[in-house]
Amino acid sequence: MRDVAVISFSQLLVDKAEANDAELVMPVVREALGRAGLQKQDIGFTCSGSSDFLTGMPFSFVGALDAVGPWPPIEESHVEMDGAWALYEAWVRLQHGDIDTALVYAFGRSTLGPIEDILALQLDPYYEAPMWPDATSLAALQARALLDSGRLSDSDKKKATAEPPKIVDGAAAVVLASGDRARKLCSRPAFISGIDHRIESHLLGVRDLSHSVSTEIAAKHAGCFEKSPTFAELHAPYSAQELILCDALKLDKQVTINPSGGAQNNNAVMVAGLIRIGEAATRVSNREADCALAHASSGPCLQQNLICMLEARA
Amino acid sequence: MSDAVKLFKAPIRLEYTIPAGRATSRFCRGLASGRLYGQRCPECKKVNVPPRGACPTCGVPTEEEVLLPDSGTITTFCIINIAFAAQALELPYACASILLDGADSTLFHLIQEVPVAEIRMGMRVRAVWAENKLASLEAIRHFKPTGEPDALASIEGHF
Repeated sequence: MRDVAVISFSQLLVDKAEANDAELVMPVVREALGRAGLQKQDIGFTCSGSSDFLTGMPFSFVGALDAVGPWPPIEESHVEMDGAWALYEAWVRLQHGDIDTALVYAFGRSTLGPIEDILALQLDPYYEAPMWPDATSLAALQARALLDSGRLSDSDKKKATAEPPKIVDGAAAVVLASGDRARKLCSRPAFISGIDHRIESHLLGVRDLSHSVSTEIAAKHAGCFEKSPTFAELHAPYSAQELILCDALKLDKQVTINPSGGAQNNNAVMVAGLIRIGEAATRVSNREADCALAHASSGPCLQQNLICMLEARA
Repeated sequence: MSDAVKLFKAPIRLEYTIPAGRATSRFCRGLASGRLYGQRCPECKKVNVPPRGACPTCGVPTEEEVLLPDSGTITTFCIINIAFAAQALELPYACASILLDGADSTLFHLIQEVPVAEIRMGMRVRAVWAENKLASLEAIRHFKPTGEPDALASIEGHF
């Protein structure tokens, strides 16, 4: 595997954006490129994550491309997912070996529509979506399953709630660089020592909602259990989900969870996962940690999970 | 299988309130007062209309507003001959990309008050404004020919 590192990060969270998508994305892209000392023509591959359902407009990700100036034409891709999965695609693209840099960004104006209903449209279209279960009720089912599992201590039981997260608008950008290029551009790159993502069934009824098996498998393949992260940035919009993730990741009490404040107070849908990676990488780069864990989630009740391990290297 | 379910109804309706964005809001407010504003890129100096707040070529913020005339040149066009569900105009009618004088990107609008067979690249046109101007492109009813000589050379590189 080729060494790939996060070399810069920028994020912007606002209660309610007055900007269009391009105006929202531009400041973070410019800041992330600026911190890396790069210009747009220095970037080998650009990948973004967002969902047209948030803005209710088809191809909103194409409009946002104005923010990166795609002329002359650039090599670009998009995932209809949280930007953490765009970062995964960019990491894979860097493994090809012919380019050294990639720009990843995510954006979401999550406050434009009824987000609790919009999220219902990611459910199974025959049996679940027509019932319009709102996102918080589904999270409450998961919290209930966790409480009833009998695995929680009395103090953790108080945390096993499904309080709706605060929904905000936002954008984030990350610059990735490989090996020596990363070392040249950044005094302490946060190298990705392992990254993996797994998905569970579309149907909620066949899953054990009190466990996150996909997180556990992704963590194993990302090498999480051989590392000792100082920090873990977990993308858990609901506090019960944080307990499920800590369990799946076997995080002990020495690991500081969500030093950034996490996604419960600032849930920028489609962005919050990429922010977790950016936050964890920043703590490695600024010497607060030698190793940090970042987690991103997508889908209802932690359906899909991505684990990204970041570390400093000599 | 005679009992196969082939159809069931699962209606979806979601309502959004979408801020147009800073650049589009300024553009739309201009339209409501009968003015067309583009934005000049600080790097390549090109004037984009409608403006989106970012230069699509350079990827930098565009702040400088440029008042443009409501006249321009057709760079390309199409004639609609086929009826469709949301059709509001009598067939055949034409849509065109119009390079406003002083702009570097084109605006999309209707061409009327001329037989469609006479519409051509390079044709000079001017906006016909609505009496009640909304803060949208509907403030312009359509564009019509000015009768000036064609200006093919002025649109080189735009078709």
